[in-house]
Amino acid sequence: MFTLKTLSLAAFVSIGVAGALAAGNDTKNGLGARPGLGAPIPESDIKAWDITILPDGTNLPPGSGTAAVGAKLYVEKGCDQCHGDNAKGGRNPALITEEKMQGQGIETNKTIKDFWAYSTTLYDYIRRAMPWPAPRTLSDEEVYSLVAYILAGNKLIDENAVMDAKTLPQVKMPNHDNFIVRFPERI
Amino acid sequence: MAILKRRGGLGPTAPDQQAAGNGLLHRRALLGRGLMLAGAAGVGTGTSLSGAAAEPLEDAEWSRHQGTTVGPIGVRSKFEKDTVRVLSNPKGEPRTQHARTPHQLLSGQITPSHLHFTILHNGIPDIDPNQHKLVIHGMVKQPMVFTMDKLMRYPMVTRQTFVECGGNSAPMFSNEPVQASLQLLHGLASNSEWTGVLLSTLLDEVGVDPKAVWMLPEGADTPALTRSVPLKKAWDDAILVLYQNGERLMAEQGYPVRLLLPGWEGNMNVKYVRRIKITDQPAMTYYEARNYSPVLPDYKAYKFYFVNEVKSFITSPSFGMSLKEPGYYEISGIAYSGSGTIKRVMVSADGGNSWAEAAVQGPAQDKAFTRFHIPWRWDGSPAVLTSRAVDDGGNIQPLRADFVKVRGETLKPVTNPMGFANQHYNSLTCWGINAKGEIAHVYA
Repeated sequence: MFTLKTLSLAAFVSIGVAGALAAGNDTKNGLGARPGLGAPIPESDIKAWDITILPDGTNLPPGSGTAAVGAKLYVEKGCDQCHGDNAKGGRNPALITEEKMQGQGIETNKTIKDFWAYSTTLYDYIRRAMPWPAPRTLSDEEVYSLVAYILAGNKLIDENAVMDAKTLPQVKMPNHDNFIVRFPERI
Repeated sequence: MAILKRRGGLGPTAPDQQAAGNGLLHRRALLGRGLMLAGAAGVGTGTSLSGAAAEPLEDAEWSRHQGTTVGPIGVRSKFEKDTVRVLSNPKGEPRTQHARTPHQLLSGQITPSHLHFTILHNGIPDIDPNQHKLVIHGMVKQPMVFTMDKLMRYPMVTRQTFVECGGNSAPMFSNEPVQASLQLLHGLASNSEWTGVLLSTLLDEVGVDPKAVWMLPEGADTPALTRSVPLKKAWDDAILVLYQNGERLMAEQGYPVRLLLPGWEGNMNVKYVRRIKITDQPAMTYYEARNYSPVLPDYKAYKFYFVNEVKSFITSPSFGMSLKEPGYYEISGIAYSGSGTIKRVMVSADGGNSWAEAAVQGPAQDKAFTRFHIPWRWDGSPAVLTSRAVDDGGNIQPLRADFVKVRGETLKPVTNPMGFANQHYNSLTCWGINAKGEIAHVYA
């Protein structure tokens, strides 16, 4: 037979486990009780989708790569078809550039060498979206090598440097400090 | 003033309808029935309302036989075949595809779903809603997956809001006015009625860590488009949108579910959203670290621009139209602000020397297109039409000189209006009308 005490304990446990996730009327939007129709999932089961790399290197995968390997992959994977020979630009923008931003005003090319503020953006974007016709087909190691190829070509790292989860976030991007947060109060 | 009264009856009214230079009339002129009659009597404006004599009337061909059969999906009149979007990449080469809304051919405030602008980076994914899932994870008490059938059971809200690409109006950065249609200049903005689940409802359920500051929504499209969005916006008014203008989302608008961040840069309104990661730092993804960081004249750049600021433009008359004869025209346009509600729109017919307040279609809604109108009697001499909007936060659309001082302009004229890509232009748009009635894009 339930006592008042066991009843309230049961209620506490059932609400407590879900962390008040699926009950209560305190939603900010005032829409009333929570439907609670989401299915819990462990982070380990989200891994295949969780491809975002943060600027501090969070979520960079194991493995490593070099510019020499990247140069070969650049041709093998067909990167040159859009970005041109030696990544100097084709029907899509150059990845390796010599010219400086100055002199073009607001029309300046936002090159990796002179504009990009974070080396991790390269890893995230290449792995996420390249090669354009077949994104997310490169191995983590291949991505490291392509990143190394682009960074070395732009003289942002030594041509023999090894890129991995530790070294990549440490690459200094020259334009890093030239960004102004437009609306700080919105963050 | 007598002309303000809607129920003015038949009495003689409209002593002076002129509201600003070059023929701008008071915004309420001609709204009332009584005024029409007053006008017919030739009072006030000094212009006769009777044109050339009309032809005798006859039954037309289409009135004499049976029409075509009604189909399951409505179709437009074949006479409207030119009311279409302009495509930047109709063959779908491996680059971004843009479709621009033909504002110069539309009226009202809702953009028809099939004419809503869209930008897709690698085509439209063909997503089965029965298999699509949305996961919320990261700095939360309990990561959770929501299937579409579950999401459809949540309480929903409906609101109007515009979506505008951060790069809309980019040709306006040109140092000389680009002679292009309104559609090419400002077609990357549209307005719909959206229905969906407040994101805050789901964030409540997963339990967000108080130390979290950002969320990283990501799409199920091929490039897995992702942006960093302050959680503040998520709690404020973000919606997981399921319906657009009453029906399920258009495939190219993010079917079966997209993130809607009212008033914020279009690219952040992630389509096909399948994952939202809660974090304490932004990811500095490609689209925020590179594309949507506008370059300033001193080679610094803005980051985290987010807000589409207060803006307006005249849709009619506009570039490409021509005024056939002097006389009465209604100037009409669109105003909107990503910071709030349109409070007032001023219109000038003399390039900004004098201004009159336009009639604003009410009730104006938060972060939504707001239609404005003002009557105008063109005397046949050169005129420059422009509009300037103010929102309820007191934000005023900047004059071009002030805007360019801070944001810069190109060193050479922009030659391809679909090719130049700076962002977040919200200064004025001016239409110069010559004595022949031809309309050009001008800076005034």
